[in-house]
Amino acid sequence: MSESLKLFLERFPDTKVFEKNPRRLYLTIPREKLTAAAKFLHEERGMRLSIATGIDTRHGFEVLYHFSEDTTGIIYTVKVFAPKDDPRIEAQGGWFPAAQWIEREMHELLGIDFVGHPNPAPLLTSDTDWEQGRYPLRRDYERRNEAHER
Amino acid sequence: MNGGTKPMSGEEKQRRIVPIGPYHPLQEEPEFFKLIVEGETVVDLEIHLGYNHRGHEFISPELTYEQVPFLVERICGICSNSHPLAAVLAIEDCAGIKPPPRANYIRSIIHELERIHSHLLWVGLAGHFIGYNTVWMWAWRYREHILEVFEMITGNRNHYAANKPGGVRWDIKPEQIPPIEAALDVVEKKTMMLTKAVLDDPVIRARLEGVGILTREQALQWSVVGPTARASGVDIDVRRDDPHAAYDQVPWNVIVLPEGDVFAKAKVRLLEIFESVRIIRGCLQNLPEGPIDTRIDEVPPGEGIGRTEAPRGEVFHYIRSDGSNRPLRHKIRAPSYMNIASNVVAVRGGSIADAALTLAAVDPCYCCTERMAAFEDGKMKFTGNELLRLSWEKTEKIRERFK
Repeated sequence: MSESLKLFLERFPDTKVFEKNPRRLYLTIPREKLTAAAKFLHEERGMRLSIATGIDTRHGFEVLYHFSEDTTGIIYTVKVFAPKDDPRIEAQGGWFPAAQWIEREMHELLGIDFVGHPNPAPLLTSDTDWEQGRYPLRRDYERRNEAHER
Repeated sequence: MNGGTKPMSGEEKQRRIVPIGPYHPLQEEPEFFKLIVEGETVVDLEIHLGYNHRGHEFISPELTYEQVPFLVERICGICSNSHPLAAVLAIEDCAGIKPPPRANYIRSIIHELERIHSHLLWVGLAGHFIGYNTVWMWAWRYREHILEVFEMITGNRNHYAANKPGGVRWDIKPEQIPPIEAALDVVEKKTMMLTKAVLDDPVIRARLEGVGILTREQALQWSVVGPTARASGVDIDVRRDDPHAAYDQVPWNVIVLPEGDVFAKAKVRLLEIFESVRIIRGCLQNLPEGPIDTRIDEVPPGEGIGRTEAPRGEVFHYIRSDGSNRPLRHKIRAPSYMNIASNVVAVRGGSIADAALTLAAVDPCYCCTERMAAFEDGKMKFTGNELLRLSWEKTEKIRERFK
């Protein structure tokens, strides 16, 4: 078990760990603990944020923050769930500038609310006439042909 | 600054906006920078993106795993090996298979050839930016040797279609090795000359040193990758840290410089070319025998991450599979996504004249290779040499007219 994972489990004992292979770790935590976990990984363990992935699944939204530990080559993916009827997650962009763009992007493509984001404006569609409230990466997204071909 | 009149007071100092874009006049790609300036000093930067959003993450779940590498290859014409390589690494991570050794070596060779041509392209552009068109023409002339090697191996100068889940599509035949080595010799010699000319030039040094500094702390905070991070003293390189392909089989070094200015970024890129030449030579010498691909029967439900070091930095691909023959979610992160965002701090405090250079120093991507070919009745009308001869004749005619 790697050093960072050991310390992470001491700090957050209710983590569900899934080891895909020795260099790909998936850590599922309750969404209230996301900020503490991200701060632990970045500030105390010196990891860099590769990117975050938002997925719309049948059970709710999954948000995955992929942290890369460059001294060992391990990716620690912190996974949090947000239910469909309450898609809110604490924003990391406030204290961690690397997370700002991706949280804006997830907000506009999936409709997840990032609470406390310093600049929650849309990132990709800010200069277009994209309709508010249409989220292309949601499972129930319907294509309207004219809108796509424009 | 204000022509020898009395210094400006707080109220008189006005903030103005200098726009660069939405179509960048020199980089020829759509992105919009709003420089917020006080006098000649840049105090803030607003970046607008999305003019070029082509929805790859939306299209990818509609394609099969065999088709996905072809789609992601089209994200960028310069990194046209990095994205498919990262995507197939993600698929292989998900399926839990390993490509055969020969495929790994060929992947490394093609990936490093791409790094050489991309870095030479950037050096040329940087020369063009600061008004040194000789540097531009030199660098792009030497880049041509690498593109010819690509054409020989894969049939294409860009968009090589080299990777597929489980291996590679193109083998390197024994008779192709001597021309590759000859091209490397030429490029190494010429790059040495170019590096000395660029790094010793007092005008270039005066123009680039101390401009657009990104400190180590800022680089970590903004999580920048690739030469942008390495020029700020952050010792990261996915090729070494998370070994894939054949990078742990041959000797090479990671170039790290502490300064963080535009000059350091140029230096890192120039010195990396020599490391790439070393890697390719090492790979060609120990190229193992055997098959170049392996069969994938199914991709089980699960998730996979693939990342590789593109010329600009780490490319990150995440694939979620539900057991069918196409991905459920495919997240793609190009290196420029992190690097361009860090410009907000790199330009702050500099002058307007340096801003364009600082914005270009992270090497934002654009697609470029274009060649003419004339066809008639299905046959090629002119070869490259004939086109060259035609252009010479035309030049002579114009000269005659102005005599």
